[in-house]
Amino acid sequence: MSAVIEARSLGKRAGRATLLDGVGLTVAAGEMVAIIGPNGAGKSTLLRLLSGDLRPSEGEVRLNQRDISSFTPRELAARRAMLSQHINVTFPFTVEEIVLMGAGDRSMRDAGPLVEAALDEVGLSHFRARQLPTLSGGEQQRTHFARVLVQLACGEAAHGPGLLLLDEPTSSLDLRHQIDLVEAARRRAAGGTAVIAILHDLNLAIRFADRLVVLNGGKLAADGPRADVVTRETIRDIFEIDAVVHRGDDGVPYVLPQSMRAVMPHLSPTGRGRIA
Amino acid sequence: MSVTIGTDTRSPRRHAGTGRRSASVAIPLLLAALAATAIVALTVGAAGIPLSRLPTALGLAGNTTTDAVTARDQLVLWSIRIPRIAATAMVGGLLAAAGAIMQGLFRNPLADPALVGVSSGGALAAASAIVFTDSRFGEAFRFLQTELLPLAAFAGSLATTAILYGISSRAGRTSIAIFLLAGVAITAIANAGIGLLVFIADDRQLRDITFWLLGSMSGATWTKAAVLAPILIIGLAACTLIARGLDLLVLGEADAFHGGVDVERLKRISIVMVSAMTGVAVSVSGVIGFVGIVVPHLLRLIIGPAHRLLLPASVLLGAILMVGADTLARTIVAPAEMPIGILTAAVGAPVFLGILLRQRGLTVL
Repeated sequence: MSAVIEARSLGKRAGRATLLDGVGLTVAAGEMVAIIGPNGAGKSTLLRLLSGDLRPSEGEVRLNQRDISSFTPRELAARRAMLSQHINVTFPFTVEEIVLMGAGDRSMRDAGPLVEAALDEVGLSHFRARQLPTLSGGEQQRTHFARVLVQLACGEAAHGPGLLLLDEPTSSLDLRHQIDLVEAARRRAAGGTAVIAILHDLNLAIRFADRLVVLNGGKLAADGPRADVVTRETIRDIFEIDAVVHRGDDGVPYVLPQSMRAVMPHLSPTGRGRIA
Repeated sequence: MSVTIGTDTRSPRRHAGTGRRSASVAIPLLLAALAATAIVALTVGAAGIPLSRLPTALGLAGNTTTDAVTARDQLVLWSIRIPRIAATAMVGGLLAAAGAIMQGLFRNPLADPALVGVSSGGALAAASAIVFTDSRFGEAFRFLQTELLPLAAFAGSLATTAILYGISSRAGRTSIAIFLLAGVAITAIANAGIGLLVFIADDRQLRDITFWLLGSMSGATWTKAAVLAPILIIGLAACTLIARGLDLLVLGEADAFHGGVDVERLKRISIVMVSAMTGVAVSVSGVIGFVGIVVPHLLRLIIGPAHRLLLPASVLLGAILMVGADTLARTIVAPAEMPIGILTAAVGAPVFLGILLRQRGLTVL
């Protein structure tokens, strides 16, 4: 399978701080990758580098075998779509108008069916005429997801399978809509899209992705199939918690975090994961 | 925090579905309203021209006999009233569109060239030009005063906008709070400069400078209308270029970029346009506040915030409001004339407060 996106020894510095250091990552068409890691691990930085929004301090990002900085914003938008974490819309745009923004210069007459389908997929058809700032956080997040789906569909119609980047897409969603969103992303991957998502919910990440990329302290800590990556040891090393890892009937692991004190009462508060 | 999501807890006003249907008729309606306002403005004034005499005076009626009354009407219309109405309409259009663009650029309905000192910067530069060309050092440039004033106002506006953007933007992000506060500071600096010029100016210069500060259309001529027209036409053409980008910019700079917008280019075009439009308007009319806030705000409530329609509609409604305000300004204290800036501020400031209150309401929601 050909690589849709390829990052080579990627580094990003901001002042004296190193946000990302020597990260390499290749994602092929139809692949679903979840990026996990503790706060400040460099997950969002990595995603913004992969989106072309940030320029790396070292290394390079190649999209469809071409240096990502050589694309114009418009060319880039036709090949990768990205859902950011926090979007605050100040003007009274309606849900439909926001979703239509994903369709570029196309009017509602041309992009109507795509907008309809995306609104339907996120379950917001009945809110199409509502002004976005009046919706709840989760509903707003789903609206932006619909917009990103429309952008992806428009780009893929012209250039074939694209790249979908999701930065904590489920952070404001209830359980049902978390599953809905993840399944929508899975459908895109089944159609050939390369999907990369940052997820904080470990179990959702495991369910969602065949492959997990673990970042810690700006470095790549692990990258592989979920069964290999999700072990009690990895979780202890990366998240500094003790967890029980079970395997479901289908062999897919799931993680049950334990209270550190309950499991290891001898662990000092400053011990930070060291087992005495 | 508990959040109730049931639709019944929200006011029906927020179901904005029906309001947007007016979009397709907004431009024709606004054009008709502008025409009606202009006709009223043509008939009212120190020398009243009743509606019945208007077609003859404009040369539209078949009557070719030119009596004394018609001759006087024609003189009043063609050399005073029509250029003034044309210039006033264009100033209103430019100010309103500049406000709408600046609000889009900063994703804030309260951004306005006059409020954040862009107009003051232009006025300071214009006042400097007045005093300089009148001084011993600037004597050589005195014959250029007419040409120099709009250029100075434009340069002052451009410099102010660039400084504002530089202060409030860091690493591709623009802080709205810092932007508005910096605007207050820059307005104060510009006003200090204007104060200094007022202090050193002689009586004649003082009158000219006061004109900039209060705003007035009384100096409108065909020449000034001719300066405004190309900027307005270029501005309208550029509006179609940046409308979609400004729409996407509401998502934030990073997400506008993700959506395919060349954000840096959009910002550059917008800043130059706001400066040019404000600068040239200020050079003709002086500082006129609140048109840039009130017009786009009213329109967003009626036709929605999409810039493809908002920008041209702002030009039209800005023109209507300014022609109406100017007609009022030259009639309510006739034969004297009230500075139009006083009128727009008296109407605009309460609307501005209304927006603040409404925003507070939204935050509480």
